[in-house]
Amino acid sequence: MTTAPQAEARIGEVVEAGSTEFAAECYTLYGAPPLGALVRVGDPAVYGVVYSVTTAALDPGRRVAARGAGEPDEASVYRNNPQIARLLATHLQALVVGHDRAGTLVQRLPAAPPRIHAFVYCCDDADVRAFSEQLDYLHLLATASVPAIDEVIAANVRLAAEARPDGDGFRASAARALAEELANDVTRLKAILRSIQ
Amino acid sequence: MTSDGLPTLLGTVVGGSLTDGVEVRLAEGASVEDIPVGSYVVIQGETRRFFGMVSEVRLAATDSRLRSAPAGFEDPFVSQALTGTAAYGSIVVRPRLVLPSVAGAEGDIAPARTVPGHFSRAARASEADVAQVFGAEGGDNFAVGTPLDMDAVVCLDLKTLLQRSNGVFGKSGTGKSFLTRLLLIGVLQSRLSALLIFDMHNEYGWEGGDVERGRRVKSLKQLFPSEVSVFALDEQRARGASVQPDFHVEIGYGEITPDDIMALRETLGISDAAAEAAFALGRRFGDGRWLREFLRLEGSDEIGELAARINVNGAALATLHRRLTNRVTRLPFVTDAPGADAVSAIMDHLDRGKHVVLEFGRYGDDVIAYMLVANLLTRRIHDRYRERQSADAGEGRSTTPLTIVIEEAHRFLSPAVASQSPFGIIAREMRKNNVTLLVVDQRPSAIDAEVLSQVGTKVCCLLDDERDVDAVMAGASGSRELRSVLAGLRSRQQALFFGEAVPIPVAVQVRDYGTDTSYDALMRRRPRREAAARGPAVARSNGAASEDEDDDPLFG
Repeated sequence: MTTAPQAEARIGEVVEAGSTEFAAECYTLYGAPPLGALVRVGDPAVYGVVYSVTTAALDPGRRVAARGAGEPDEASVYRNNPQIARLLATHLQALVVGHDRAGTLVQRLPAAPPRIHAFVYCCDDADVRAFSEQLDYLHLLATASVPAIDEVIAANVRLAAEARPDGDGFRASAARALAEELANDVTRLKAILRSIQ
Repeated sequence: MTSDGLPTLLGTVVGGSLTDGVEVRLAEGASVEDIPVGSYVVIQGETRRFFGMVSEVRLAATDSRLRSAPAGFEDPFVSQALTGTAAYGSIVVRPRLVLPSVAGAEGDIAPARTVPGHFSRAARASEADVAQVFGAEGGDNFAVGTPLDMDAVVCLDLKTLLQRSNGVFGKSGTGKSFLTRLLLIGVLQSRLSALLIFDMHNEYGWEGGDVERGRRVKSLKQLFPSEVSVFALDEQRARGASVQPDFHVEIGYGEITPDDIMALRETLGISDAAAEAAFALGRRFGDGRWLREFLRLEGSDEIGELAARINVNGAALATLHRRLTNRVTRLPFVTDAPGADAVSAIMDHLDRGKHVVLEFGRYGDDVIAYMLVANLLTRRIHDRYRERQSADAGEGRSTTPLTIVIEEAHRFLSPAVASQSPFGIIAREMRKNNVTLLVVDQRPSAIDAEVLSQVGTKVCCLLDDERDVDAVMAGASGSRELRSVLAGLRSRQQALFFGEAVPIPVAVQVRDYGTDTSYDALMRRRPRREAAARGPAVARSNGAASEDEDDDPLFG
């Protein structure tokens, strides 16, 4: 897998980092990858799965005020208030699911979290295919305690399946891997599986 | 087998015990539907290979909610993901033997006294494993068929078989006679024992019936003419037969003893007092003469007078007289003046290395005739063997063993008569006097439990009655799994073998019998023993056996 920076896929940089998850600010408003997407940060690379995307005022002390009362549609609100894009920012939060160790991809937590200001790249289909050759990362996802993680897992599996020509086969193997992971909680498992389908 | 030559993984050991068996969680791709109870499994432990039998097949789930709220799981995508992961099959394997640690290597096979460790890999036993367990055909190993779900050969160790009395059980019509004939051919070829067969239904002499295929099949005399002597009870039937028997059996009044009447007590429907009266008569007139003298009496007056003289109940004596006249002495072969002594003739034939088949002809359906003759002859012959055994022991010779084959065995071995019947005595004394039994019966529950417990190897065709199954299984290790195997047998040509002559219980598809190829296959296995060991009675009579040495029409 290449770790060379890909300018066109660079979407933001890390603003907060821990061993198990990191947050990044996107360069463009609403410029975050979809929920469940695989992102790569830094060099050597650390991989994360997007579990939360928020767009809010840059200054937490200043609430965003409604501005569209006199506007005919949503687009004209932004057009007539060009400062909005400067006052708002889109952030993403990602769970760490793997890293590059001496050229080898390992689906475990890295020894150190990514650095602040490390660039965040959205993985392309080839990266996604290479990463999802192994399914050990599902364990890191399944055991994370973040809200609506089951939806994130399902979204991730769907995206990975779409990146492959044998999408159905991947869905089936991911489903089995999840079934082993969540064998003691079949209600949760059933919900994820139905969402993957 | 996989492409790398390793057996296909069935699953891994996840728990269990020696008494209950180890639990093997099935691997992905192994379906419970393909693993019948009773099939063989080899488990490769760290240092040993265990050979065992599947005793239970289970469906299990990691989460009990799967059972209580199954809605939604029937979706094919969901169910496929769950099958083998959260919902899985498992089997219980009872380790029975320890094989050499490398497949196919030479080495001892010992009973398993421990279990394979956690995560040991289990695989279906290969044909080579089964062949290693049951041994190769030839020598003392006699092939009886194949395990139900594989092509390997199951062999009986005839030497071990003949150490003890044995039983062939199964409800009527399940092929007991068929199976018995096959076993007898094996014993006959092995020359390990002489045979005396009380052939109730005329199955073992010249030819027998194959009801299922509606044909006649060759029997012992036809296959081994120079080694088998047919004794016939029914002169009339024998006269019409294409092949003449070697001897006509007649029973003289003088040969019937009060003991024989006692053994017939239930069958004759007489009271204890009436049977005891026979002993009083024996004391009064002497064992050889009591029946003749007693039957000479006519009218109730004479009988009453005698009863008073010998101090027995008059009514009981009258009943005894009536039954003996109506049921026993009316039999044409029971005569006051027999042509020759049947016991001596049988002993003579046995001594000459012959196996004796006593055909009952049309008396086979006459229980009194069958029981009288079988009891009477067996008592005498057993006595002779006993005398001979003690004489031989004194002189350091060995007596050739004798196996007596008896059908409808429960009549001779019921709890009420087993203690007096010569068959009960033989069964209990094991091989002390070199005589053992092969009992063939459809009602094992009616056989005395003590006698059944002495049976070394049991061959069991399908049995329906719960009591019969209980009786046969009593004392067998792992009887629960054996029961389910037994219940799964087809009603023809399948049997469960367990006991001393097989290393582990085995359900067998019995080898074919009755076609030219089957005869050829049976004949091919004949061991060519040293000339000195030919003939069952060789140890006693070297000279007498040599006359058969070179006149065998089948083997030259």
